[in-house]
Amino acid sequence: MFQRLREDKALQGTLLILPTLAVMVGLLIIPLGLTLIISFGQRTADGGVIYTFTLDNYLRLVGITPGCGFKSECFDPLYANILWRSLTLALQTTALVILLAYPLSYFIARAPLKRRNTFLFMVLVPLWTNFVIRVYAWMMILRTQGVLNGILGWLANLLGLPFVPLEMLYTPSAVLVGMVYEFLPFMILPIYTSLEKIDPALYEAAADLGANAARTFLRVTLPLSMPGIVAGTILVFIPVMGTFIVSDILGGRQVILIGNLIQRQFLDARDPTFGSAASLILMVMTLIVTYFYTRKFGFGEEIVAV
Amino acid sequence: MSEFAVELRDVVKTFATPEGGKLNAVDHVDMHIRQGEFFSMLGSSGCGKTTSLRMIAGFEWPTEGEVFIDGQPQGRKPPFQRPVNTVFQSYALFQHMTVAQNVAFGLEMDKVDVNEINRRVSEALAMVKLNGMEKRSPRQLSGGQQQRVALARALVKRPKVLLLDEPLGALDLKLRKEMQLELKALQQEVGITFVFVTHDQEEALTMSDRIAVMSRGKVLQIGAPVEIYERPNCKFVADFIGETNILTGQVRSVDGTHLKVYVPDLEAEVSAVAESQFQPGQPVHLSIRPEKIRLAEERSLNENCFAGNVIQSAYIGSDTRVKVKVGKIVLKVWEQNHISTLDPDAYFQQNEQTWATLFPENTLVLPFEEG
Ligand SMILES: Nc1ncnc2c1ncn2[C@@H]1O[C@H](COP(=O)(O)OP(=O)(O)O)[C@@H](O)[C@H]1O
Ligand SMILES: [Mg+2]
Repeated sequence: MFQRLREDKALQGTLLILPTLAVMVGLLIIPLGLTLIISFGQRTADGGVIYTFTLDNYLRLVGITPGCGFKSECFDPLYANILWRSLTLALQTTALVILLAYPLSYFIARAPLKRRNTFLFMVLVPLWTNFVIRVYAWMMILRTQGVLNGILGWLANLLGLPFVPLEMLYTPSAVLVGMVYEFLPFMILPIYTSLEKIDPALYEAAADLGANAARTFLRVTLPLSMPGIVAGTILVFIPVMGTFIVSDILGGRQVILIGNLIQRQFLDARDPTFGSAASLILMVMTLIVTYFYTRKFGFGEEIVAV
Repeated sequence: MSEFAVELRDVVKTFATPEGGKLNAVDHVDMHIRQGEFFSMLGSSGCGKTTSLRMIAGFEWPTEGEVFIDGQPQGRKPPFQRPVNTVFQSYALFQHMTVAQNVAFGLEMDKVDVNEINRRVSEALAMVKLNGMEKRSPRQLSGGQQQRVALARALVKRPKVLLLDEPLGALDLKLRKEMQLELKALQQEVGITFVFVTHDQEEALTMSDRIAVMSRGKVLQIGAPVEIYERPNCKFVADFIGETNILTGQVRSVDGTHLKVYVPDLEAEVSAVAESQFQPGQPVHLSIRPEKIRLAEERSLNENCFAGNVIQSAYIGSDTRVKVKVGKIVLKVWEQNHISTLDPDAYFQQNEQTWATLFPENTLVLPFEEG
């Protein structure tokens, strides 16, 4: 028996992936199958599920009221808007995070070796406090009587200008700010890693061959750091699509995302069938975007000329 | 066009050391590199070769002094505005580009027209014998081929001066020897001034028109290979280039370039020649190359003939390398094996008595140095 285990590479491999496989099947594949089945069911008045096959839940999500037909007055964009808002907010967040993370990563990657670790440490420090607490901190900052308005008011007072506190909390921008803040480290780390791997002699070679700083960046630095951007985008975009805590705390009832929708269907509205359908739509949307993205840019492996 | 392709005039480069001190990596260096010359900087690791080269390229600026390229002071011009190109020790090829894209890069930066770029890229690749490799990634090439891409990428820009920092350092011995000859031939073909950095003296001697021997940030001697080897100007150069025997003594008398030097370890006076001025009474070194000492069974009538005892002998094919104890000194002597024979007596045997002749014209007087 042990003799066979020592020699049979395939058997070794099977044994090694077995625990993960068990977890994946038990906690991912089976629940996903159940979700799929439930999403085609009907809710009962007390929040139970009748297992039938109906597309009503999906039709409601794209704005078609079941039993009303395909007339324009039957179109209810409520949920379609939520889907659209979730997608655009996730794309905006990812784009903003790239724009903020790139210069910072570049700065850290080119700092002297000793300082780099200090800077990376500082990037990671916020992650030691609880996610929810950090979002609440933003609430303190953005509230009408919050820190930011306090500072602005003090400045306005100093300059003798009239000041009305800004309504910043419970707006899409507040949610955007919170998301960008929460997910920034997940973009900084992969971009830093790919920038740090670039041999500084390449910058010198580019300069030597006649490239100024801008052209060196566009032709050498950026292409060689694409793997970091791609990996970071995957790490940021996917969780942002599904998050509900940030929008819950900083968006309130004004900024409902698909994550909030799903959460409410299960906990408040007690409609697991609709919640399941929304979960699957979220998954499909995320997969579609990720699929086209990775088809164009890969998964962040090193790029080699072909 | 200036007579000199590159000049370093009294150049100093000071770095802060990690210990908080200061170090002159390049210390008051003067070099005048002629147009079309194959010029080498030779010295052991850390002597300031790379720093000197980087100041010509524009990656570093001199702390003091000035770098001139083709007669023009370079001041603080960035690398992309200097008419020089570099072949880096690590090659520094762009892995995300093909071989052809690597070579085209410099021309694209100069906004050369596309057809012209294509023509010059294939010309450059043909020159380094890489035609057919255009579409490959640098990763799919051997070390020697990557080296050629780096060379083509720099040469395609037709620089006034090509700077090469130990370009053959990463290649194995056989390939290195091949590339030495090829590089030299290439330089003669294109007629561009090459400034070549190496710590390998044989490489420098083989390839260079002139060599600058460096040590601790200073240039000790600049000259053609034959001058550096036959007429070193100091003990360090004599010792660093090839092998030599160094004796220490005191000048007794001076007659033009002919000196008599008393060597305590031999308890005798040695006749020698000098390239510079010495005074009687001055402490000096004598340098004589191992292949220039003659061993004989009989005492010769020449000056400087000393009785000795063979303490070690190694047959290495072309030569027999012998250590001879003369007085308190052990001399390295290389005797060429002129005659083909199996007779062991024809080669030197341990404990054999012998007479060593140090011909005065082969014995060079050099200034005294501590240590
Ligand atoms: N950027 C730098 N900062 C501090 N010291 C340096 C730097 N570059 C080189 N040095 C020091 O200068 C000396 C000469 O270095 P270098 O020119 O690289 O020598 P070589 O190329 O002859 O081996 C070495 O002692 C090296 O440690
Ligand atoms: Mg060096």
